[in-house]
Amino acid sequence: MAERVVELRNITKSYGNVYALGGVNLHVERGEVLGLLGDNGAGKSTLIKILSGVVRPTGGEILIRGKPVANWSAGRSREAGIETVFQDRALAVQQSIVRNIFMGREIRGRFGWLKVKEEISEAHRLMREIGFTSRVFSPHSIVGQLSGGERQGVAIARAIYKQADVIVLDEPTTALSLTETAKVFHFIRQVKASGRSIVFIGHNIHHVYDIADRFVVMDRGKVALEKTREEVPNADDLIEFMEGIARLKHAGANDGAGAAA
Amino acid sequence: MSGITDTGDHAVAAGSHPAERPLRRFILDNRASLGSLAVFLVMMAIFLVANPRVFLTWNLYTAVLTTLPVALFMVAPLVFVVTAGEIDLSFPSTMGFAGLAFSYVVQSGFDPFVGIAAAVVTGVVLGFLVGLLVVYGNLSSLVATLGMNFMLRGLILIITQSKSIALVTLGDSLAYKLLSSTVLGVPVQIVWALAFVVFSAFLFNRHRFGAQVHVVGDNPDSANEMGIDVRRVRVKVFAFMGFGAALAGVFSTMINYTWWPTSGDGYLLPVLASVFVGGTPTWGGIGTIFGGAIGALTVSFIQTGIVGAGLSGFYVQFFNGLIIILSLLGHRWNQVRYR
Repeated sequence: MAERVVELRNITKSYGNVYALGGVNLHVERGEVLGLLGDNGAGKSTLIKILSGVVRPTGGEILIRGKPVANWSAGRSREAGIETVFQDRALAVQQSIVRNIFMGREIRGRFGWLKVKEEISEAHRLMREIGFTSRVFSPHSIVGQLSGGERQGVAIARAIYKQADVIVLDEPTTALSLTETAKVFHFIRQVKASGRSIVFIGHNIHHVYDIADRFVVMDRGKVALEKTREEVPNADDLIEFMEGIARLKHAGANDGAGAAA
Repeated sequence: MSGITDTGDHAVAAGSHPAERPLRRFILDNRASLGSLAVFLVMMAIFLVANPRVFLTWNLYTAVLTTLPVALFMVAPLVFVVTAGEIDLSFPSTMGFAGLAFSYVVQSGFDPFVGIAAAVVTGVVLGFLVGLLVVYGNLSSLVATLGMNFMLRGLILIITQSKSIALVTLGDSLAYKLLSSTVLGVPVQIVWALAFVVFSAFLFNRHRFGAQVHVVGDNPDSANEMGIDVRRVRVKVFAFMGFGAALAGVFSTMINYTWWPTSGDGYLLPVLASVFVGGTPTWGGIGTIFGGAIGALTVSFIQTGIVGAGLSGFYVQFFNGLIIILSLLGHRWNQVRYR
């Protein structure tokens, strides 16, 4: 079995009396693309924020390469080689591309002074690596002037800078055009080929099915299904399962209404 | 990514992008401070035309250069505070407190350098406390620092019973000669103040602290997700404000050989105005240190200029306001707020 780069054990998260996550087990193997599916409010985003250290879990354990971690935080998560491309508002839009790429991880010399030239040449290299070059913008350009797809490119450039072991993409193809989506897919295959892992969160089942090696479907704060690609011969099976969940939920909602009445 | 796919005919070697040509980049990067400079130059030209005799005498400029440094020590840190998305109205009292610490130490017979150290510690600690209160108390910095300003000033009045402190021996000290004397008709403190402004500008643009101040003011959620300790950055910004206010307190006391219980009070509005006249917008994420310095120059010349131009002192307030409004209008074009 492939090495488990990250493992979440029995993760719970509650806000007051409301459980967002009720005991989730999730792991990421080296070199795989894990597709994380689920409806809005299924707990995908909360789970991802726990993985990236932005949100503290109420209970459970996080293991990095088999070792449990303490005082998990956003900084620790990045140090452990987990990079997250968040869905929205992930960039500081009044700042340059360079400053966004090196946010929280500035290249610095003595006494914290920035090595600006090095940052700029690194930014050039990263942008070339993901085919993110243009005569319309340079590393100095302000992010607010870029299109949605270009901004996604900046966020991805930021994620690959340190050769992270796990790159989490939260709905990276939402709001992107077909060519832009193809570009993201190409990038994912590149990362996978280099032996690193991807966690791909998506609404679009076809997108996830096309790219993932393993699927985890979440529902109401729990893992409802976990299957490898071999176990799911085509996307329709996945869709059927998701529809089954939706039907169950619908029935549940009706029951609740009936009980209240 | 539409921009990402720009290859083939459109592919251009790195470095030839218009935004990378040195002059163009300089103008783009400094458009706010260049705008402030233009406002200042136009204003001075008008003064000069109105009364060339007065505006061609050096005395007028020494007068401004004597008091401007005190403001500069607070304008530069305040740009950090505003860029971080906060505001600080407590710096006048911090300045007063630091000046008081300096005066007590000097009055007790210690060397003024010891007094400066005491003032800096006092200022940084007060700034740090204000920062802790605002950040960890989750308070509005506008209201909390307003409250702190009153409280600290009240404390000063209680401690000193509103008595001023004269430091008669100060003029003979080495510290005074180094920091506050006049060399070739130029008050030395302006050199120190400019050095502080340049240092601040480097800290703002070329240091990790400045980079984090920018992103925290721009998008705190994103900064947090990228592992930046947003609260710590905010507290540091207030501590740096305290540091600047302490230096201002020391210089103000040295220039006058006297510390007054009201020391700092008169700087609240001019320093605030300088930051915004200089081209730093109110919403955080961007700012300009040099712009702020030019703003301070503009603000301190208004008063001298109006009187020098032959108008009565009653016009000063009106023109103060006029310049602020005109500057804001002028900065509108370079202050696009991206979302």
